[in-house]
Amino acid sequence: MELMSGGDILVRALHEAGVEHLWGYPGGAALHIYDAIFRQDQLKHILCRHEQAAVHAADGYARATGKVGAALVTSGPGATNAITGIATAYMDSIPMVVVSGQVTQDKIGDDAFQETDMVGISRPIVKHSFMVRRQEDIAETIAKAFYIASTGRPGPVVVDIPKDVTDPNVKVAYKYPEKTRIRSYQPTTKGHSGQIKRAVKTLLAAKKPVIYAGGGVIMAEASEYLTELAKLLNYPVTNTLMGLGCYPGSDRQFLGMLGMHGTFEANTAMHHADVILAVGARFDDRVTNTPAKFCPEATIIHIDIDPTSISKTVNADIPIVGSCDVVLQDMLDQIRDTGKKPDQEALGGWWRQIDEWRARHGLYTASRYEPSSGSVIKPQDVIKSLYKITQGQAFVTSDVGQHQMFAAQYYLFDKPRRWINSGGLGTMGFGLPAAMGVKMAHPDADVACVTGEGSIQMCIQELSTCTQHQLPVKIITLNNQALGMVKQWQDMQYGSRYSHILYEDSLPDFVRLAEAYGHVGIKVTSFDELDEKMAECFAMKDRTVFMDIYVDPSEHVYPMHVAPNGAMRDLWLSKTERT
Amino acid sequence: MRRIISILMENEPGALSRVVGLFSQRGYNIDSLTVAPIEDQSLSRLTLTTTGDDKIIEQITKQLNKLIDVVKVIDLTDGPHVERELMLLKVRAGGAQRAEIKRTVDIFRGQIVDVSTTGYTVQIAGASSKLDAFIAALPEADIVEVARTGVSGLSRGDKSLRL
Repeated sequence: MELMSGGDILVRALHEAGVEHLWGYPGGAALHIYDAIFRQDQLKHILCRHEQAAVHAADGYARATGKVGAALVTSGPGATNAITGIATAYMDSIPMVVVSGQVTQDKIGDDAFQETDMVGISRPIVKHSFMVRRQEDIAETIAKAFYIASTGRPGPVVVDIPKDVTDPNVKVAYKYPEKTRIRSYQPTTKGHSGQIKRAVKTLLAAKKPVIYAGGGVIMAEASEYLTELAKLLNYPVTNTLMGLGCYPGSDRQFLGMLGMHGTFEANTAMHHADVILAVGARFDDRVTNTPAKFCPEATIIHIDIDPTSISKTVNADIPIVGSCDVVLQDMLDQIRDTGKKPDQEALGGWWRQIDEWRARHGLYTASRYEPSSGSVIKPQDVIKSLYKITQGQAFVTSDVGQHQMFAAQYYLFDKPRRWINSGGLGTMGFGLPAAMGVKMAHPDADVACVTGEGSIQMCIQELSTCTQHQLPVKIITLNNQALGMVKQWQDMQYGSRYSHILYEDSLPDFVRLAEAYGHVGIKVTSFDELDEKMAECFAMKDRTVFMDIYVDPSEHVYPMHVAPNGAMRDLWLSKTERT
Repeated sequence: MRRIISILMENEPGALSRVVGLFSQRGYNIDSLTVAPIEDQSLSRLTLTTTGDDKIIEQITKQLNKLIDVVKVIDLTDGPHVERELMLLKVRAGGAQRAEIKRTVDIFRGQIVDVSTTGYTVQIAGASSKLDAFIAALPEADIVEVARTGVSGLSRGDKSLRL
């Protein structure tokens, strides 16, 4: 049997676990590992400019592919910098393994140089974590970490490795386990058949149904089954922010996103629904508005792989614990077996009602904002232009704020894994590094990062990573010269007292900044040139392009839930109009 | 409502901190906690008492089950069970009081495990409410020191918490 050092074992085990791309940043405690990386060619390591970005890139890669993302950081500040990235992945249930170097075991607890208790500091934001104490345990721990990260409800796993464990002078036999079994971890995939039967009966008897689907459908690769089910029953579908793309965005049965900035038709239909089929969604507070007022007439069927998501905030009448793909297939089989159809008359009436809502205030039946003209570019029109130029086929990452909501509302995703954003944690700075991860996974696809002049500056150093590793992503900056979402709230709730959301002429010249990194910068200040410049941007297939688009700084995101104490249907539709 | 939750978990470093961390992270209370390895040294049994309505307790048990190191969780208060807590208590007992305190210890079926010229160290086991009653029966000013183990328990009958 071949004897190998801990560093070599780690690299080989990562490869064996399926890692092709490792995003990272070296440092003292990770030096043995980096030396092992230098001496091999199985893994491609991508040097980022900040550990947070390395983790976001691994995250973007995971979201775009469904594979486990992998990142490598050193101890101390490397580990703490990774924390925001790990928390982002945790909140959105992204499969990821983060390997961190640690000081040697004899120094642990001594406040050694660059020592931080990574297992402790990451504990509330990981699915699980390990500290590897012996060379012999590395391969098995990596196998376990990937198994845990990718099964059940996915999530990030941290593997902390003290430097002495990767010592090149200590060699042990390499053995990667053929099968991984953890006695205390056996996630349920198949739903309870009796519960599914009840759910099917309730679903078929519905008169005003809505299918409310979230990120779990994408995770479980269940989009096909969800679409089949919705089509079979002719039921309306709404998606959460995380679920966009799990049902075709341009389809007639799609009501748009629901929740705080969801469409009027989606939120109103939810409020009046008699049966809600929640699939892989978790009744987040950004969806439900006031839980006590949530959908008062609805019988709620809830499919989720994580039992803790069921009845956590909103009580589920028919809970089904299982993987969305497996449960939806079982439901489809049972619906077909019954040979029954929903009440067509009631359903017809429900659709007429929904179409009336759409016509009245829907985002896609008419323009709900003042038109752009001259130097006034509406941010919504930038997203529409992006949609048009990329023919709705781009992978779109986003940062956090108004631009994120405009992108979610106006870019209609027809396929899963195309919309990549930090939904749960709401991490500014996510967009650019995530786009790098997506581009690495799909080099031939158009990858756009929709961002703002605030968010982009939180990880702007990654423009350098794009140069080094030839990652030609397109950065679509909706520059409203303010922290727009905070400004919107200050307008609505704080008498337009703009506390610390303006830069006082300190913004950089983004075009020259992009050029300094070797990229192309394009400034857009007139609506007439928007489409043309957008087309120019995407025509440069092999260049990273920074689009600095000056948008109307006074624009707000609508609809918006009336809060606190509002129900799903209580919405601001514009600055002056509410339901 | 007060609940006694027993957890069978991997006897590994960090497992306890994951359980305790979960409670503080999610805003649940731990009123008492006791943990030790069982006869199978690869496992530990942790018993804790907490309070909450049914919805909270359901979330607590689900969240505990979600921890990778946790093998099994049981809410002992769901059914008939035996509950015990051990207390060591040091009490001043001099002069005329000495006999009176001895009588109180006997009534509660406690044992005096150490004696000095000024007082007793008493060992007493039972349900937490019995220990509370014993403390209440002593003159407060004379209690020098109290050490309680926290609650441990088992289900009655054939029901058990094992692999």
